[in-house]
Amino acid sequence: MTDAVIRLAGVAKTFTLHNQGSAVIPVMAGAELSVAAGECVGLVGASGAGKSTLMRMIWGNYLAAAGQILVAGVDVARAEPRQILALRRGTLGYVSQFLRVVPRVPTLDVVAEPLFALGMEEEAARARAAGLLARLNIPERLWSLSPTTFSGGEQQRVNIARGFAHDYPALLLDEPTASLDAANRETVLRLIEEAKGRGAAIVGIFHDEPARARVCDRLVDVAAFTPKAA
Amino acid sequence: MTPLLSVRDIEKRYGARIGCTGVSFDLFPGEVMGIVGESGSGKSTLLSCLAGHMAPDAGQVIFATRDRGPVDTVTMSEPARRMLARTDWAFVHQNPRDGLRMGVSAGGNVGERLMAVGGRHYGTIRETATDWLARVEIAADRIDDRPSQFSGGMQQRLQIARNLVTGPRLVFMDEPTGGLDVSVQARLLDLLRGLVRRLGLSAIVVTHDLAVVRLLADRLMVMKGGRVVETGLTDQVLDDPQHGYTQLLVSSVLQV
Repeated sequence: MTDAVIRLAGVAKTFTLHNQGSAVIPVMAGAELSVAAGECVGLVGASGAGKSTLMRMIWGNYLAAAGQILVAGVDVARAEPRQILALRRGTLGYVSQFLRVVPRVPTLDVVAEPLFALGMEEEAARARAAGLLARLNIPERLWSLSPTTFSGGEQQRVNIARGFAHDYPALLLDEPTASLDAANRETVLRLIEEAKGRGAAIVGIFHDEPARARVCDRLVDVAAFTPKAA
Repeated sequence: MTPLLSVRDIEKRYGARIGCTGVSFDLFPGEVMGIVGESGSGKSTLLSCLAGHMAPDAGQVIFATRDRGPVDTVTMSEPARRMLARTDWAFVHQNPRDGLRMGVSAGGNVGERLMAVGGRHYGTIRETATDWLARVEIAADRIDDRPSQFSGGMQQRLQIARNLVTGPRLVFMDEPTGGLDVSVQARLLDLLRGLVRRLGLSAIVVTHDLAVVRLLADRLMVMKGGRVVETGLTDQVLDDPQHGYTQLLVSSVLQV
């Protein structure tokens, strides 16, 4: 398949623990993945099998030991920091399980920030952010407050709104429906379907099986990439 | 894209002792680079060499000037370097007292830098100063107060206004949030992030605070014993550190 937006070939990952006798721990080898525009691929496998590790290597905060990780033509495994930053600004979005923000910044600006970074006019960016927060049932009275004091479920929804603020051509979703009630879960699944509809290539981790069955076109078991014991 | 700053093999020795050695990197327009390391790692020595406060014993610091293109600031004349420091560069000190004139009013502190680059019209200077005080969230009615009447956080914001008023392209920061209360730090971080984005600034931030670099810096350089031991994208260096020293540094941070 040549039209893949995300394409991994021969990806390996090892951790070297310098302060624990320089133990070298191989955690992944020969990982292959190809995601076309408009497709959602679910990563499955037992806890600890490497789903999040694989996702972080695509995002670029984990360094691949070998292989190629192409996202819209950029090899994240070898790219310069500024190339990866440019990719993250316009092309690759990521909804992680953690919301990491500067304390004191209002929720509305936290969500609009990816659009500010793209140079969108501030009022337009905030309007788009407001629309997403409303869809995700974050009460308007909270928009001017920092999300750092919000509940886990509220923070997760702020994180999702931020991840969907820009129409990224490629998206990484780590447990996007975790800790959400039925109505918000439905909204998130619709957001994912809309993203697919506009042609986004999505890699997701979903423990929520019905959600996975609904949005994923294919599943990839990362256990296949566990290095064989020597 | 051409780098705004190209640093090649910078070395500074204090007698037989190494301040920093073999430091090379490129900084591109709009990039914020963090330099982390413990006390004595050479990060402040390096910053002083880059900003022209100290002459390195070897190496080049090539800055892309507006009018003359790339120039090695190590070998340029002292007046030319001072001009750069007043126009295209800014330096935010950890202690605002080192970067402010404590006996001069807040407005005067900002206006003085404008006058140093040829501003002459009092009304315009005062208007620009007021505008910059507002941008760093200092109320207009404090313009005639002296910095000594300000809190630490306000002094630091005033120092930033004084530095940025001339529209520099490169800002050096030495522990800009050090010595401030945590709540004041957050406000300053938010302010700095907004200014960097809106003005398209490049910055080099020296700090020992990993939380600060995570939120402020695009890239990270880790120093130990005067040498660079690891570089990379900020979240990659912090989430998947490769060097033993960085692993120790990251794992030593207390969780809250």
